[in-house]
Amino acid sequence: MDHGTHTQSSGPSHRRVEMGVTIGMIVFGAIVVAGSLQVGVTWGPQGPRSGFFPFYIGLIIIGTSAINLAQASLIYRGKLFAEWEHLRQVLAVVVPATIYVFALQWLGIYLTSAVLITFFMMRLGRYSVAFAGGIAVTVMVVVYFTFERWFLVPLPKGPIEYALGL
Amino acid sequence: MEEIANLFHGFAVVLQPYNIMVMVVGILLGVLIGVLPGLGGANGVAILLPLTFSMSPTSAIIMLSCIYWGALFGGAITSVLFNIPGEPWSVATTFDGHPMAQQGRAGEALTAAFTSSFVGALFAVIMITLVAPLVARFALQFGPAEKFSVFFLAFCSFIGMGKEPPFKTIVSMMIGFALATVGLDSVTGQLRLTFGITELLNGFDFLIAVIGLFGIGEILLTMEEGLAFRGKAPNINLKVVLQTWVELPRYWVTSLRSCVIGCWMGISPAGATPASFMSYGIAKRVSKKGDNFGRGEIEGVVAPETAAHAAGTAALLPMLSLGVPGSPTAAVLLGGLLIWGLQPGPLLFVEQKEFVWGLIASMYLGNLVGLIIVLTCVPLFAAILRIPFSIIGPIILVFCAIGAYTVNNSAFDVVMMMVFGVLGYLLKKCGYPLAPLVLAIVLGDSAEEAFRQSLLASQGSVGVFFSTPLVGVIMTLGLTALFWPIIQNGLTRLRRVPIA
Repeated sequence: MDHGTHTQSSGPSHRRVEMGVTIGMIVFGAIVVAGSLQVGVTWGPQGPRSGFFPFYIGLIIIGTSAINLAQASLIYRGKLFAEWEHLRQVLAVVVPATIYVFALQWLGIYLTSAVLITFFMMRLGRYSVAFAGGIAVTVMVVVYFTFERWFLVPLPKGPIEYALGL
Repeated sequence: MEEIANLFHGFAVVLQPYNIMVMVVGILLGVLIGVLPGLGGANGVAILLPLTFSMSPTSAIIMLSCIYWGALFGGAITSVLFNIPGEPWSVATTFDGHPMAQQGRAGEALTAAFTSSFVGALFAVIMITLVAPLVARFALQFGPAEKFSVFFLAFCSFIGMGKEPPFKTIVSMMIGFALATVGLDSVTGQLRLTFGITELLNGFDFLIAVIGLFGIGEILLTMEEGLAFRGKAPNINLKVVLQTWVELPRYWVTSLRSCVIGCWMGISPAGATPASFMSYGIAKRVSKKGDNFGRGEIEGVVAPETAAHAAGTAALLPMLSLGVPGSPTAAVLLGGLLIWGLQPGPLLFVEQKEFVWGLIASMYLGNLVGLIIVLTCVPLFAAILRIPFSIIGPIILVFCAIGAYTVNNSAFDVVMMMVFGVLGYLLKKCGYPLAPLVLAIVLGDSAEEAFRQSLLASQGSVGVFFSTPLVGVIMTLGLTALFWPIIQNGLTRLRRVPIA
């Protein structure tokens, strides 16, 4: 099946990823249809029931995604989605950021953000702890005064902020 | 005449010291957003929206719209100096802007870009001043069927006129509609598609989607591309500015044509990006110096910048007068209206005169202030661009999280932002357009309500959408837009037949 060209670096094929995304959309469409059927898709005493509109939306998603799936299957197999090396860079953001968005629910936004900025700068920019930490703390102090003091917008806080009485 | 009086009243509102300060802050933040990678007009405005919760609606819209103007200006800086379009609509500006910078004519290119932006915006604002009240008055008579037909037209133009494959645009749009239906059904009061998950009771907030799809998604793309900034120093000073200004009137035809293209593309929700490409393409074909385009021709900067700014501004016309935003950023501004307790649509012109005319007056002044600020502060913004992405990236990420949290004070929203971020990265890599998805989340509820009310009135017959001449015409326009690629194909074939 190989078309004879050898790419120097490897990675997932674009065809597979795009087909995967399309299948994900078909599943999403099916969930929408199922949810619509639960609340009724027919004509009720108040006119169309709640599921009426999303039911057809779901069907369109499944239908058009099927066409997209067929088209995606025709994509040249040798085309790369991205190189592993580049995907690793992307994951280097996704993984810590995911931990961050879950952690800030309990630890507040100030501490977690400062840690995130420090971590990123050290990891991606090879800065020293002192420099990275300094930038992180400065940013969060600016955030505190801009949001909480000037614009009176409360941000999530954790045990440390409460201990400081902020 | 009444409009003129209203406009002057609007100027009086905008010229209050507090509002002028808000305007300058907005422009500065906007240029910053336009310059930084990963922060665009739409998600920049979305992140900063919570800052306006404690302001009066008029000051709030002045600040947000000025952020938008600033972002439109800012995109040009990165295009010219760094060959990196800060915004999608400034891609066409890189074609001639960056070669000019390489020849040491960065100041000239930037002055041309900023001035053209200003001219484009001014043209669009004058058009809005004259046309918007008329459209609003006309739209006041709209019933549910007419309303739905306008939504239909807006979404069909996306499918038919967009650059992306039509089926991908449709899926993207339908996912938006589906997400909009989650939660409480506003017509029957019933819960739907929540599957017992309490966090989904209020549905998906489109601001979260915007921040995730555009903000986080963009950061991930930037990480993959391993972006490094290597730019030219701007040599902009008063002499260069004046010299360029003397030269610019020569391109008035290009400028006027770009204004018209921009306004047209901005009102139909095609948006600023296609407008800039189209304007550049036509200028290249028509101009006497067309062959020299791409090698540093000043006309090649004038054309896309004028059109992009005209389109970006004109996108506010349908948002104000019909409640149908012409671009994702206009959609975010529309979301702001809802949060401040205003009902977007034609009634705004009747019930919220001060707000509407304050906004229109701020478009005039904001663009003027913006022009002055960008002309004087270019070196500063260029310096910010030299900060490595390993510092800027995480800070943008943190601001996205703060923005997502503050919309509803919900930590769950921050998690959703991350989900949308990864989704945005995948969709963009696979060639799905994101703008229709966002617009569908914003307009989903209104479109569905109009659709169901129309059907209720007609006892379920779809014929209601062709029952009166007005609805029929708008629906036919929509269908034409939807099938435009096929129609165009057919026309070219017809034309070829006699030759063969």
